[in-house]
Amino acid sequence: MSEVKFSKEHEWITLEGDVATIGITKHATEMLGDIVFAELPEKGSNVEKDGTAGVVESTKAASDVYTPVSGEVVDTNQSIVDDPAKINEDPEGGAWFFKLKIKDTSELDTLMNKEEYDKFAKETSS
Amino acid sequence: MEIKKTSLNKLHQSNHAKFVEFAGYEMPIQYSKGIIEEHKFTRSNSGIFDVSHMGQLFIYGDESLTEELEKIFPLDLKNLKQNCSKYSFLMNEDAGIYDDLIITKIEEGYLIILNAACKDQDFEILSNLLGPKFKMNLDNNRSLIAIQGPKSVEILNSILNGVDKLNFMTGNWFDSDNQKLFVTRSGYTGEDGFEISISNDKAEKFVENLIEKGAQLIGLGARDTLRMEAGLCLYGHELDINKTPVEANLRWAISKSRLSNGGFIGSKKIMNQMQDGASQIRVGIKPEGRLIAREKTKIFNDTDKQIGEITSGTFGPSVNGPIAMGYVDKEFSKVDTKIFLEVRGKKHPANVCALPFYKKNYVKGVN
Repeated sequence: MSEVKFSKEHEWITLEGDVATIGITKHATEMLGDIVFAELPEKGSNVEKDGTAGVVESTKAASDVYTPVSGEVVDTNQSIVDDPAKINEDPEGGAWFFKLKIKDTSELDTLMNKEEYDKFAKETSS
Repeated sequence: MEIKKTSLNKLHQSNHAKFVEFAGYEMPIQYSKGIIEEHKFTRSNSGIFDVSHMGQLFIYGDESLTEELEKIFPLDLKNLKQNCSKYSFLMNEDAGIYDDLIITKIEEGYLIILNAACKDQDFEILSNLLGPKFKMNLDNNRSLIAIQGPKSVEILNSILNGVDKLNFMTGNWFDSDNQKLFVTRSGYTGEDGFEISISNDKAEKFVENLIEKGAQLIGLGARDTLRMEAGLCLYGHELDINKTPVEANLRWAISKSRLSNGGFIGSKKIMNQMQDGASQIRVGIKPEGRLIAREKTKIFNDTDKQIGEITSGTFGPSVNGPIAMGYVDKEFSKVDTKIFLEVRGKKHPANVCALPFYKKNYVKGVN
């Protein structure tokens, strides 16, 4: 599996062959608070880089989930729809959101690595 | 304008509060445990809420004060006993609501608790209506602390002996630490609890004492989910200048004896609406599934006609599902009416339901 990459919209992404797994970062869940609702893209649909591909809602507000790369949705994680609290518990592991078959792996090049993202998250949240 | 801070601000900070600006005050939205944990702790144990941003208006005067206030509020104040409280509204001539409030008869006058965002305007309106005859004091030297939840009575009684004898919606003065505290058995969470008016310099120590006895600080986030589950209105959401108490489904708060003769501000409109009904009315709404419909969500009937709008919506931690309140056309206000909520461009099914979503545990008749 490839190195984990991060977007400015607080998504993480890993790549295995041409299938990317995408979720939201721990930092994002800490900002959102208790997550009580998740909506995922439809399997088989196509999503465009930086477009919305889902929604999470905390007790406070709704937030869009964006996809950091373009591709076809090949799988979604129904378990976080059934139990959204899982997203707070394990955001960068079991609580992934969706998997994409991606067209252009070079889209990942513009994303941040862990060190860059941590710095970005710290700067933007203070 | 510089942001205002309550006397508990430092205590919030040391308890890792996340702050938001609310009505010009820096207030804790939550602490480290988060809204759901704080909400559940209040329902099962005892939560402390800093509500010092709310207005504490003391008005002093003789019997003529009661007469003057009856010209303003839809209440039978002449028959209100000392230390008894009533929920009411400050209205305009069209019965539009300037603010909702709690008024308590105290020795030589009244104490009125006002919403933070409305208190300065309320003071101005009431000053103009009452004239210079009565002493009015919107007291900034006192903090207001709510303690809510089933264990609150035991905790507070261990500090202020005798509060367990208070009935719901009554109050009294208690002595602690060489000063007088005014305590009412009331609150806005749907739980048994108290509100304590205490001078600013004693507030922090008092709250630390409550924490030592097992109560925990709870933020405004959980206060909002608690009041929504209890089906209670929040000014600026369910209530505003374009809504009347009848539309807000708060007829119960209007004293029956005042309806025959009127004589309070807005009475004509209220009496008409009581007779003919209001065209829109506040209802409880339960979305099907897990969908959350927030404020301003449009409500439709089954033929795609808009019939209303959501005024508050969230996830209810004790109900363990989404809940909402909103206004719908009268003919759609019956419990179990199927409605549709437009969220992110799609219409989702929901049902009109009875309020509250969560059953109350108020204490009546202890003595």
